[in-house]
Amino acid sequence: MHPILAARGRLALYLTAWMAMAALCVSILALAGVVGWVEGAAVLGPVYFVYSFACLSTWYLCRAFPLGVARLSILVVALAAAPAALSALCVAILSAHAAFAARWFPGVDERLAHAGPALFGGGFFLALLAIALHYVVLAFEASREAEKREAVARLAARDAELRALKAQVNPHFLFNSLHSISALTSIDPAEARQMCILLADFLRLTLAVGDKTSIRLGEELALARNYLAVEKIRFRARLRVEEDLAPECDNFVVPPLLLQPLVENAVRHGVATLSEGAFVRISARCASGALRLVVENNFDPEAPPRRSGGLGLKNVRERLRARHGAQARLDAAPRGGVFRAALELPAETEEPSK
Amino acid sequence: MIRAVIVDDEDLARAVAREFLSAHPDIEVVAECADGFECVKTVQELKPDLLLLDIQMPKLDGFEALELIDAGRLAVVFLTAYDQYAMRAFEIHAVDYLLKPFSKERFDAAIGRARARLGQSPPRAGDLAAAARGPGQFLERIVVQDGARVHVVAADKLDWVEAQDDYVSLHSQGRQYLKQQTISSLEERLDPSRFLRIHRSAIVNLERVARIEPYTKDSRLAILADGTKLPVSRSGYARLREMLDARG
Repeated sequence: MHPILAARGRLALYLTAWMAMAALCVSILALAGVVGWVEGAAVLGPVYFVYSFACLSTWYLCRAFPLGVARLSILVVALAAAPAALSALCVAILSAHAAFAARWFPGVDERLAHAGPALFGGGFFLALLAIALHYVVLAFEASREAEKREAVARLAARDAELRALKAQVNPHFLFNSLHSISALTSIDPAEARQMCILLADFLRLTLAVGDKTSIRLGEELALARNYLAVEKIRFRARLRVEEDLAPECDNFVVPPLLLQPLVENAVRHGVATLSEGAFVRISARCASGALRLVVENNFDPEAPPRRSGGLGLKNVRERLRARHGAQARLDAAPRGGVFRAALELPAETEEPSK
Repeated sequence: MIRAVIVDDEDLARAVAREFLSAHPDIEVVAECADGFECVKTVQELKPDLLLLDIQMPKLDGFEALELIDAGRLAVVFLTAYDQYAMRAFEIHAVDYLLKPFSKERFDAAIGRARARLGQSPPRAGDLAAAARGPGQFLERIVVQDGARVHVVAADKLDWVEAQDDYVSLHSQGRQYLKQQTISSLEERLDPSRFLRIHRSAIVNLERVARIEPYTKDSRLAILADGTKLPVSRSGYARLREMLDARG
């Protein structure tokens, strides 16, 4: 479909600009004394109007000879021949129309016949303008198409990344847990078995929610609780878990494993950096359409740097942005030896419709 | 009798090491430590032969702790869940590197290697400290011992370093810390895009340099943001200009 004819607004804009150019041509002829103002408008106006549609055909020329692809020599020939042909057509129509209009404006046909070369030049110029315009439209459409393709590709790449992310269980968590189980087998076999079961539950839950796009907050919190129960066996009394959860929030949905990286960070940067122990506090509140989840932990600001810091937060932020845009946020910052990660997202009871 | 110290912040991890060691009657566990500070203090006091060392720990990590220890005759076996430190561990002549969870057989093999090492002539003293970080990995923190205390100086808070014979004097936020290390070995381990040796006796944090002034015919002075004046040698000046120009 022709891009200018395709949209009414574009066509109106094109015709307005075109008639302004045509008015300029008429004015030049009038000022040069070739025609009077009224007869110029009456005789030339309708012809230029028709001509404007004829010039829309240059679209096909532009499409056939894309800039930067077609050979320059061919381009030059095409760009000279097409406006010349169109302009010749325009002059022919004009003279026919002038002969007809001579009934009301005596002698207008003869006067215009004298201005033949100027009229041809004007028509040539208008057709050339139309071609330039079409090339601009063509470039604009191509770039918009490319942008759209790029956005789609970016989205697909992010989706893939998120899927991989969700399925991922931190391997060091697994290795350290297995090492704790190994220790417990001789010290306290019953607790070793308990830890095996907690770890299995955690893995099963993680795998189960990996494919879903949304889970109930209650499920996400159960997963976090399960994870912390495993870590509590590993860190013994050093890890204190505090919960402050409003039960009415449990039925709202969240992207699966959204809270999990925050809880894992709280352990990795909290209790693991403090030999005397640390707390992890999780709170959930829902009010006025928003769900607010906070994970807090104390930590040692002077602790040795840990690898892969910040990646978990970055991923949570990206997932929130992809899903809720500006409606959701994650604020995470240390303050006075306590790290606080606060999530705020729309309280929804079902997966948002796409 | 081999005297061993177990260092791990997790009770259960220490319990595994203790249990596995109990099968070796010639090894006595003389102490257990739960973080890097304790490790440094205990090793200096008790001078053990064998160190079973975790890497990620509170306060100081295993590598940082080792740096403060006169490793002399110490056989170090790393016990960690992370495999990415193995290269570094062997670069500092660790006896072995065990990945958690490990079997009794694997643990015994490491102890066997430690025994063999302890029977040999000790490795060159200072090797451990000299290469406590592998190549391509620059210090983010510098640990300095001051009597019973340990100071941790963050690299980005380090303003400049001055050589004093076998010591370096670290200047950070108006304070000064003396560390037994040569300026060249410290230079190697600082990030060269942030720190530059501008003189035989000085390393400067490039972000602190305010301006450069001529001094004698062949030398210049670097003036730091806090007004400190540091000597700049002729070759140091060429490098400094290049670095500052590159930073814009």
